[in-house]
Amino acid sequence: MSLDLAAIRRDFPILDQQVNGHPLVYLDNAASSQKPNQVIDAISDYYRQDNANVHRGVHRLSQRATDAYESARDKVRGFVNAKSDKEIIFVRGATEAVNLVAQSFVRPMLAKGDDVLISHMEHHANIVPWQMLCEQTGANLKVIPMTTKGELDLSGLNELLNERTKIMAIGHVSNALGTINPVKDMIAQAHAKGIPVLVDGAQAVPHMAVDVQDLDCDFYVFSGHKMFAPTGIGALYGKQDLLETMPPWQGGGDMILSVSFAHTQYNELPYKFEAGTPHIAGAIGLAAAIDYMHTIGIAKIAQHEHDLLVAATARLEALDGIRIIGTAEHKASVLSFMIEGVHPHDVGTIFDQQGVAIRTGHHCAQPVMQFFGIPATARASFAFYNTFEEIDALVDAIKKVQELFA
Amino acid sequence: MSAGDLRDLYQQVIMDHNKKPRNFREMSDANHLAHGNNPLCGDALVVYLKLNGDVIEDVSFQGSGCAISVASASLMTEALKGKTSAEADALYDLVHKQMTGEEVDTSALGKLEVLSGVKEFPARVKCATLSWHTIHAAMDSDHDISVTTE
Ligand SMILES: Cc1ncc(COP(=O)(O)O)c(C=O)c1O
Repeated sequence: MSLDLAAIRRDFPILDQQVNGHPLVYLDNAASSQKPNQVIDAISDYYRQDNANVHRGVHRLSQRATDAYESARDKVRGFVNAKSDKEIIFVRGATEAVNLVAQSFVRPMLAKGDDVLISHMEHHANIVPWQMLCEQTGANLKVIPMTTKGELDLSGLNELLNERTKIMAIGHVSNALGTINPVKDMIAQAHAKGIPVLVDGAQAVPHMAVDVQDLDCDFYVFSGHKMFAPTGIGALYGKQDLLETMPPWQGGGDMILSVSFAHTQYNELPYKFEAGTPHIAGAIGLAAAIDYMHTIGIAKIAQHEHDLLVAATARLEALDGIRIIGTAEHKASVLSFMIEGVHPHDVGTIFDQQGVAIRTGHHCAQPVMQFFGIPATARASFAFYNTFEEIDALVDAIKKVQELFA
Repeated sequence: MSAGDLRDLYQQVIMDHNKKPRNFREMSDANHLAHGNNPLCGDALVVYLKLNGDVIEDVSFQGSGCAISVASASLMTEALKGKTSAEADALYDLVHKQMTGEEVDTSALGKLEVLSGVKEFPARVKCATLSWHTIHAAMDSDHDISVTTE
């Protein structure tokens, strides 16, 4: 059964508006997704009824806030199928989670001459923290290469994974190209050599079911705002035995059991990594977003988005003067393209005049742009609330660009 | 909000200068040069300048960017040849004012008036001013210098 798109779109009030005299066509979901009423209400209900600090009050509101916050954690645990709530650390987003793992897990074991392995198609969030770490330690950043289709070239992976490699950090789905990487196989290959793996799932969780036990990744990171939850909240999954050995990343309240000037005893997992008052409303919004996705059904979401991507790709391929950037066999949500003779920035402005919101630029993945020898791309990215009529609007907007630049 | 008219932004003159940018070449005997980058959209220009005392004897540019930044750079090179650096700065001041919606004496602008369409598209002002920032940096410096707008 397919999705009831009319009903779904009613849940997203922001979609019902005119932009520059045209109905908004929101195709910038890879940058940030829109929020359903269910999420907006969960946040405002929390502030209207339950707001208090967590883990510190005996009063009723504090208990309610704590319960809601901790049940959100359990919801996230279920969402990625982690074994224990102790394995779910709330963070600001994927970026913060990568930095946490780089500094707390990898840094203590990294020596000069060691390798950190990433891929050519990473988001800057999964490049720069590792680069900084390499600068701090004298380690080397190694990069899994990419093919012209925008797939990882894994032919040399065996050599890239060696005794110097202390971590492999790879994206599950590329935000610039849409490529779904074969992370499960890559993890198995790394584990065969005892190398831990972090997966950047920022672009995967909005579009597909993720099972961290099945993947057997050591760390999995994602942001709430790309999966219909608020900004400023995200999660780090880490295997419990690894998290146990890691030192805290930031110090402060909530991450301690006892403090004296002579000695501080750190709190247990997951609180050891959550210094200070957390984004309680954000966690509650994230839980509501997970509920919402489950209500629709993640398999149905994936199917509808796949159908949209296939249809949009075919429509663009049928046009003259369009080059699609990223033609991997397995893709999710993202359609990056160039219109011959027109800079993506001009494309973005002309689209906006038609009410079509896309992203133009380097998508925080400049090495990908360098690889394809282009300054930027135009990128349409789909969510489950997008319709086939919106693909018509996308195609019309492209024709308008071509007309103007003819 | 009323929609800015795309035809105001992408006027014929702009499209023409984007397709066939004038003074689009390297200058081997340049005595000033600067790189301009807009990292947000990937625009990257080099402006070459031959200053004779205070007078811009020759100016050219190379690089890639959106239609607005390329056309603006091309128009700029045409407008500035033979001007003094003070005249160039004064002209930039006018160009910037018209792009941010201020009343200006359009007769002093000449062809550069076509850039006025940018005022309806605030996100694009940075594109149109990149080459001007770059030449300003080039004039002020006698070595290769980089400027960045975002
Ligand atoms: C693949 C990928 N990783 C990481 C991030 C960073 O996410 P955030 O900015 O929410 O921390 C993004 C966001 O664009 C992304 O697409």
